[in-house]
Amino acid sequence: MIITLENLNYIYNPNTPFEKKALDNVSLNINEGDFIGLIGHTGSGKSTLVQHLNGLMRPTSGKINIDGIDISSKDADLKRVRQKVGLVFQYPEHQLFEETIYKDIAFGPENLELGEDEVHKRVQKAMKLVGLDFEVLKDRSPFELSGGQKRRVAIAGVLAMRPKVLILDEPTAGLDPRGRDEILNSIQTLYKEEGITIILVSHSMEDIARMVNRIVVMHRGKVAMEGSAREVFSQVEKLEKMGLGIPQITSFMRHYKLKGNDIRDDILTIEDAKIELIKYLRSREDA
Amino acid sequence: MLKDITIGQYFPGDTFIHRLDPRIKILVSIMYIISLFFVNSFYPYIFILGFILLTIKVSKVPIMYVIKGLKPLIFIISITFAINIFLTKGEVLFQIGPLTITKEGLSQAVFMALRLIFLIIGTSLLTLTTSPISLTDGIEKLLSPFKKIGLPAHELAMMMTIALRFIPTLLEETDKIMKAQMARGADFESGNIIRRAKSLVPLLVPLFINAFRRADELAIAMEARCYRGGEHRTRLNELRLKRNDMVAFGIMILFFGLVISTRYI
Repeated sequence: MIITLENLNYIYNPNTPFEKKALDNVSLNINEGDFIGLIGHTGSGKSTLVQHLNGLMRPTSGKINIDGIDISSKDADLKRVRQKVGLVFQYPEHQLFEETIYKDIAFGPENLELGEDEVHKRVQKAMKLVGLDFEVLKDRSPFELSGGQKRRVAIAGVLAMRPKVLILDEPTAGLDPRGRDEILNSIQTLYKEEGITIILVSHSMEDIARMVNRIVVMHRGKVAMEGSAREVFSQVEKLEKMGLGIPQITSFMRHYKLKGNDIRDDILTIEDAKIELIKYLRSREDA
Repeated sequence: MLKDITIGQYFPGDTFIHRLDPRIKILVSIMYIISLFFVNSFYPYIFILGFILLTIKVSKVPIMYVIKGLKPLIFIISITFAINIFLTKGEVLFQIGPLTITKEGLSQAVFMALRLIFLIIGTSLLTLTTSPISLTDGIEKLLSPFKKIGLPAHELAMMMTIALRFIPTLLEETDKIMKAQMARGADFESGNIIRRAKSLVPLLVPLFINAFRRADELAIAMEARCYRGGEHRTRLNELRLKRNDMVAFGIMILFFGLVISTRYI
């Protein structure tokens, strides 16, 4: 297990009228090689939770262990924790500041006090991972790029730290469909080829259903549901009560079944739906 | 760290103090500041302290909350204290190496530190009990007589409203960018002064870029809603002085008159 959370509580602005319990007794285990989808309504505590996972926030009470480091203890080496767990915030392009793309991506590894060669190698690799052309772009200003490219530079900046776990907080928010697909493909590659453990915060049930192997649902600061995409998305009523939904294609299959067609309703992707529908229609023809 | 800054923060409530006309509160605050500078001995501070405690009590702002507002200014207060205690000449009380503490210095230091503390607490009570909108409404109304000599009262008030409105937004944004850079291994807390100043670059550059972007967006949004400055602008809620306001104002004039007069008795 790479990250374990035990009875985590976090309260914002304690003892003021703005007091708010953001995390309520959260316990969670994250294994190496997991691809976790974290979903929940706005204000459900997702962002607070992910900031605990790399030591940016300290819990009001409870225990966090990250790859053998106990964050709750005062003398925990937070720099090492942040190297192990890379966190890409929402709209990460808002954090770019250097004159060139190379320098911006090198900021992380330089803070780790690595040698020049190693930094160079890491920048090159990180840019390749997110699909940016190193030779063409390295000396250009990050501010000249398109929104999707800027975001990839920012993600590369985190990847250059070589984290074991990568957390992405709504990495596709505000991007056009093409930028979105590019980012999601990069994430897919990172998971499959680099073996990085990934936690994806997203509002898109389609993306979640397609990509992750475990879903964690947050509601009012609590872990409300946990399980495989199939398990979680089969509980539609419960999800809808929390202001969440299921992938459109799953919803379609459910409705189609309710009309009296004998098909599976736990389909999560369009590809699977296609296969299932063709199979069903053929069997009906044969009969 | 940034969450400790309570300057300019509003503490919502519905008490007598909260309901007072903002113009009265601003004028009372100005009288308060002036009278503080007239005080030249310790005993009038008792009145000031009484006034502060009573205001806090009536406004139901937790006292710890008010005191917390002093935290970011502790540096200034201690410097003032140190300068006064060591640099005032007079009857020597202690001597530590080259530093001498005199009786006059001690009393002067305590006196000045108290003045600063009262100054900060009193003025922060104004913003704690007055919502930013009514505060700027009050300022605009108070400044409007000066329009005749060409003072852009409405524009000034609008600028203040916007500035106040964006304090929490920018603080939040600073916090977010700091965290994002910390996630990339940035260190804002250790190292010597040059290193620390350098470490601010990754924070300030994005912060400025975002602030300009926001300003631009806000200007466009305001224009899209036909904002043209103060000309012919009418209000939904006109400020009107009520009897309570007048009574409170009268009492305050008497009170601060008394405090000021202590200097001459």
